[in-house]
Amino acid sequence: MILFGLVMALKGPSYRLGTLMHMGPGFLPTVLGVILIGLGIAIAGTALATPEGEDEDLLPENPEWFAWGCILASPLAFMLFGSYGGLAPATFACVFVAAMGDRGMTWKQAVVLSALVMVFGVALFHYVLQIPMPVLEWRGL
Amino acid sequence: MIGTALTDLWYGFGVALEPHNIVWCFIGVLVGNMVGVLPGMGPLATISILLPLTFGIKPVGAILMLAGVMYGAQYGGAICSILLNLPCHPPHAVTCLDGFPMTKQGRGGAALGATVFASFVGASWGITEMIFLAPVLVRVAMEFGPAEICSLMLLGLLAGSTLARGSPLKGVAMTVLGLMLGIVGTDIETGAERFTFGMTHLDDGIELIALALGLFGIGEFMNSVNQVSTVNAKYANVTLKDMRPSKEEMRRTIAPMFRGTLIGSLCSLIPGTGPTIASFVAYATEKKISKTPEKFGTGMIEGVVCPEASTHSSVQGDFIPTMSLGIPGDAVMALLLGALMIQGIVPGPQLIKEHPDIFWGLVASFWIGNIMLVILNVPLIGVWVKLLTIPYKYLYSSAMFFVCIGVYAANNDMFQVGETAAIGFLGYVLLRLGFHPAPILLGFVLGPRFEENFRRAMLISRGDLTVFIERPISAVFVLLCVALIGLQIYVRLRGPKKPLVPVLETQGAE
Repeated sequence: MILFGLVMALKGPSYRLGTLMHMGPGFLPTVLGVILIGLGIAIAGTALATPEGEDEDLLPENPEWFAWGCILASPLAFMLFGSYGGLAPATFACVFVAAMGDRGMTWKQAVVLSALVMVFGVALFHYVLQIPMPVLEWRGL
Repeated sequence: MIGTALTDLWYGFGVALEPHNIVWCFIGVLVGNMVGVLPGMGPLATISILLPLTFGIKPVGAILMLAGVMYGAQYGGAICSILLNLPCHPPHAVTCLDGFPMTKQGRGGAALGATVFASFVGASWGITEMIFLAPVLVRVAMEFGPAEICSLMLLGLLAGSTLARGSPLKGVAMTVLGLMLGIVGTDIETGAERFTFGMTHLDDGIELIALALGLFGIGEFMNSVNQVSTVNAKYANVTLKDMRPSKEEMRRTIAPMFRGTLIGSLCSLIPGTGPTIASFVAYATEKKISKTPEKFGTGMIEGVVCPEASTHSSVQGDFIPTMSLGIPGDAVMALLLGALMIQGIVPGPQLIKEHPDIFWGLVASFWIGNIMLVILNVPLIGVWVKLLTIPYKYLYSSAMFFVCIGVYAANNDMFQVGETAAIGFLGYVLLRLGFHPAPILLGFVLGPRFEENFRRAMLISRGDLTVFIERPISAVFVLLCVALIGLQIYVRLRGPKKPLVPVLETQGAE
């Protein structure tokens, strides 16, 4: 908490774009930066003032690093496969990677689910909604 | 006045009853009802996912559908909390208290039946209120200059961030963060690039869809992955026959229903107090005036009906400031406004005049949608209950795909998919730190308009800040802002002794 407040307070000044000139583009960001610094200090202050022991932990009781990683990796997989391979592989990769994050998920279930979503997704987005993205195409690296 | 309102309403029904609009409305309430039932999927995430799909549709159809999702989810949420004791969505947390005991006594069906009925009454009242109040508000708002709009927005932002769940201080911090995110991109007046960090992709600003999906899609998924337990559908066998409440129950329903409706509509008039607060207040009131308060929590139908009616009446009422003033009360409304803006429609007092088809069509579609929901919920209750058994592991991974393709399809830009992932990560960290991400969206949507009007007001007054106090209407808003802050500080200093506050806080931590 305190750390975050400090980060916010430090972040503020770097946002000072331009000077307090008459309604220049930097005016509102500067004001907001100052307000945010104040709020950051206030939050840090209340965090300091309240006694320790409250659950202000950044991590929940049992961190799910793997699952979080999978969820965050899923859009990245979509980006990667989408850029070089088209909609179908991107969809498959995206769902598959995300699905593997769940502890109860088996390989087989994940493959089936991804395949289903892929078929459905391609049908809906490529053929019905006509998203300009090739279904399958090797663009090379 | 009533005459014109009725003619307008008639016109609205004409719009809403056009075949394609009916279809969109139906899809909206269907999807809404579905996600309302499903644990771990909120209306916010759903509307964000559906948002890109609406680009191809006309603005009227789009807004009807998205609004349908919103109130459809309220119906679905009631099923979930009554039958399974799972408050999927915060407004329904109190419904659990008496709803689930009723289910255990085998009266779950009756509770649901009464709920559907009460919801319909509550919603109808909210709509009526909208029909008559919105035009009046607009007439007042037409007199507003930039200074008034500015201070009104300030009030809306403050109310939205401080009265919502969690710590007010953190709420304000999140709103400011949202305002800052809204600044990213090319400045509208000078053309200067701000906070793009040299990335040309950021020139157009952060995409609303990327922000919403990151915060409420990815952020929420990260929060609930491997956390959602399989639901216990032991009591969930409800058939159509069970849904008819007994005569005695019916009689006990009527008065609480109207009380709930009234509370809900009052709450919706105060910006920032959405359906959640309305339902808590309704439950507390009902308990207080009941002759047998000790029986609450053991399956009193009053304790189910009153909060539900108030939830629905306030959900509909929330549309009033959003549609007539362009000031959203909460994140869902902000998202709907964003959807309108994407369609190229400027929200604000002129909306009703310039796009009567949207406003009156929306009003009329509320009624149509609510009737559809009653029809959907009563005979098909078994289907909704079945939906509950879909494991989360299938749900969120498929939803990830919709998140990705949705963001991509918005602009055909892969960069934004990465942007969404980054925002999702940030959103999750904030959530863990106890910062609720909803006010970010509020700030983000209002930010650019706030800046624009602020600049305009400053130009007119030649940089004189006192203009905000000198103009009477603006002064009232500023005064309200100060009062709001003062009240918050006062409550803080006295310590959170009120019984309502802790309940709301635990809700916010979810």
